[in-house]
Amino acid sequence: MATNKICVVVVSGTLERLQMAAMVASVAAVSGQDVMVFLSMNALSHFVKGNTVKAPHEGEMGALIASHKVPEFKTLFEQAVELGDAKIYPCSMAMDILGVEQDALEKYLEKATGLTKFLHDSSDGQIWTF
Amino acid sequence: MAERKIVDGRGSFCPGPLMELIVALKSSQIGDELEVLSTDKGSANDIPEWLNKVGHEYLSTSESEGVWHIALRKSK
Repeated sequence: MATNKICVVVVSGTLERLQMAAMVASVAAVSGQDVMVFLSMNALSHFVKGNTVKAPHEGEMGALIASHKVPEFKTLFEQAVELGDAKIYPCSMAMDILGVEQDALEKYLEKATGLTKFLHDSSDGQIWTF
Repeated sequence: MAERKIVDGRGSFCPGPLMELIVALKSSQIGDELEVLSTDKGSANDIPEWLNKVGHEYLSTSESEGVWHIALRKSK
């Protein structure tokens, strides 16, 4: 049976992957699907407030995205939450290693979640990994 | 009939025009007609799919000088 739940796991900090993850999460969320996003590894630091480091490109498409009027990935993730009720969870392990507290993260993120809980909560949905 | 509300998504790439449409729908009433302007061909194909999926009424698509006009009626 088709599931209506999509779980997006984002570990890469590169522009192409963050952009594609944000597109999947936002379009699914505004199309009525339940969307959970888990941010870990190199992806998480982009969601620390005040971080102005631009996501590096992997290749040609990344450079083109940066020079075209493409919605920014952080805007899309925020719209996924505000317009589509997506839930975005920062990985507690990545927060510990980065040394950041919940207050340092963008306000539209949910409370930190561990892998065990995320795996449990996502077990009835599709999992997309970027 | 009320005037069509124009959602100007010109210059933005997927899924920008769709997101702008959704923001506009939030502040519209059921029965209102909206028209999305998009220079992104992908959005011109994708927005009718989205309308069909979520249950708004798709009215028409036309193209003029590189701008697609996607008309719809808010149904829910």
